[in-house]
Amino acid sequence: MARLNVLLLVVVIACALGVVTSQHKARKLFVDLQYEKERAQQMDVEWGKLQLEQSTLAMPTRVEKLARQQLQMQLPANDQMRLVSIGGNEVRP
Amino acid sequence: MNYATLPQTSSQIALPAWRSRTLFVLLLLVMLALFARAVYLQGIHNDFLQQKGDARYARVIEVPAHRGMITDRNGEPLAISTPVESVWASPAEVEIDLRQLMNLARVLEMKPEALRDKLQARRDFVYLKRQLPPEQARKVAAMGIPGVTLQREYKRYYPAGEVTAHLLGFTDVDDNGREGIELALQDELGGKPGSQRVIKDRRGHIIEDAGSLHAPKEGGDVALSIDSKLQFLAFREIKQAVLDHKAKSGSVVVLDAKSGEVLALANWPAYNPNNRKGATLSVMRNRAVTDMFEPGSTMKAFTAAAALEEGKYNPDTRIDTGDGKLTINGRTIHDTHPDGVMTVAQIIQKSSNVGSSKLALSMTPQTFWGHLSDAGFGMRTGSGFPGEASGILRDFKTWRSIEQATMSYGNGISVSLLQLARAYTVFANDGELKPVSMLRQAGHTAGEPVYSPRTAREVRDMLELVVKPGGTAPLAQIRGYRVAGKTGTAHKLQNGRYVNEYVASFIGMAPASDPRLIVAVMVDEPSGTEYYGGLVAAPVFNNVMSASLRALDVPYDAPLNNVLQSTQLVEEET
Repeated sequence: MARLNVLLLVVVIACALGVVTSQHKARKLFVDLQYEKERAQQMDVEWGKLQLEQSTLAMPTRVEKLARQQLQMQLPANDQMRLVSIGGNEVRP
Repeated sequence: MNYATLPQTSSQIALPAWRSRTLFVLLLLVMLALFARAVYLQGIHNDFLQQKGDARYARVIEVPAHRGMITDRNGEPLAISTPVESVWASPAEVEIDLRQLMNLARVLEMKPEALRDKLQARRDFVYLKRQLPPEQARKVAAMGIPGVTLQREYKRYYPAGEVTAHLLGFTDVDDNGREGIELALQDELGGKPGSQRVIKDRRGHIIEDAGSLHAPKEGGDVALSIDSKLQFLAFREIKQAVLDHKAKSGSVVVLDAKSGEVLALANWPAYNPNNRKGATLSVMRNRAVTDMFEPGSTMKAFTAAAALEEGKYNPDTRIDTGDGKLTINGRTIHDTHPDGVMTVAQIIQKSSNVGSSKLALSMTPQTFWGHLSDAGFGMRTGSGFPGEASGILRDFKTWRSIEQATMSYGNGISVSLLQLARAYTVFANDGELKPVSMLRQAGHTAGEPVYSPRTAREVRDMLELVVKPGGTAPLAQIRGYRVAGKTGTAHKLQNGRYVNEYVASFIGMAPASDPRLIVAVMVDEPSGTEYYGGLVAAPVFNNVMSASLRALDVPYDAPLNNVLQSTQLVEEET
């Protein structure tokens, strides 16, 4: 009888230690999860900012200005355009 | 003292029996009281105590939700929420010395006195400054002043700025829609913050997730029907036209002729939605949707359509407009260019008021009203835009003959530009009136048949004559494309009288053989030397339409030498 009690006591202590360890592990993992979540959110924020930046840089106003001023681009005049029909015949405007 | 082991003592001092009984009862009572207390604490009062206990380490934190993004039809972002930090304090907990106060005031760009007033407020919660950029927020956090805390919030950015200002509207400081699309689609865009119960340790780190109370609902993204390329073009052109002609304001609407989707909608004057300082209410109004104006001659297309639909006329029917004067109910209607006998098509081409009055008077008021009402006049377009004007189409029972006549050329009837643009979808779609939509539509949108396909085509052919030499708007011709459209030059009504201020307008569609786009232009009170729709609005139409057709790769439907030089455009009033 006494032996059984001792055995049970040992089992109980083992279980208790197990609970403590797994709880500790769970908390550690949770902290990691929290950290990763935070990182995901930060990346989300950065993505939004990059999108914003991209669309600001790609504004038609800016693109047009750069095209005209830096690259000296312009719309072709009428006599510079050729209309090619599907049959391959060139039509002079 | 134990009486049981000292019997002799007890027999010596005979205590009255009631004392032991009293003691027994008292002990019993105490026990009962303890028991009752235990029941009370663990049973009845349990929830409260549990809550208090949890409060030592468990916290409910708010999980902020993101407001959805607004994009154009190709996924280009038009409005994005990015996180910013707000600084708040609970004044009772703040410990700050003078040097820190000065520092904080400098970082927050506030007056030290104003900051001190805020910190001495008798409240638990006071915002010191909202929506700080991240760098500034980091500096505040680095100071580590007890009781001063950062809170994450979202701020809305509009990369296109004033180009999309009226269309999108704006949000308030709490990121709720206040105007425009932001308000109209608040339910889809707005997120609902959730809350989560967590267990924190002594240093404030979250160590365990004790379950989510309710999950945050992230706002959904919305794709508009807008094409940002066309939107930009439209904005640039209307701005230029308003400045060139010293006008009060101007609006332009570009519709997809097939689906009724709004591809562009711009007004000038505009404001910068990212910084609304100094923007007045009148500048913030989306005039193309919320303002009504008398359309003038652009209505004549509908008069002609109604007359053709009634079967009494065809495009070649001759009508005598005499010397360009017609007197009804003691009021005289004038033509700027009296032209004697004209066909119905010529009445549209040269914009004859007398001719269109005669067409209108050939119908009963009820019939004419029915045709106008069918085309959507006097009703909202269903775009869902907040504050949309429904226009005014008075009940036909109150019409006098003169009113019926003037209405045929767009006086005595009020429309919004969006409504007018939508009405023109009937000519672009063989008589079908398409619903207007601000959201990207998938596939075919069903319209409502209003006129017979034949009538619609005949009117479209007439509208093509308008841009030919001899019409009112040769400046609307586009190289390589057939254009159909109508000018309007309406006198403005002020205090019930027509004055010499004008609304110049042009509405047209191209390519006329199978219209893809409808562009409606309206310039309010051009006060330069020109005020005719054909001179003020038609060039805007031309620039927007030709660039849009090119941007959308619409194939040519006319030879490239189709633009005919004309010496003079036909002038018009109304």
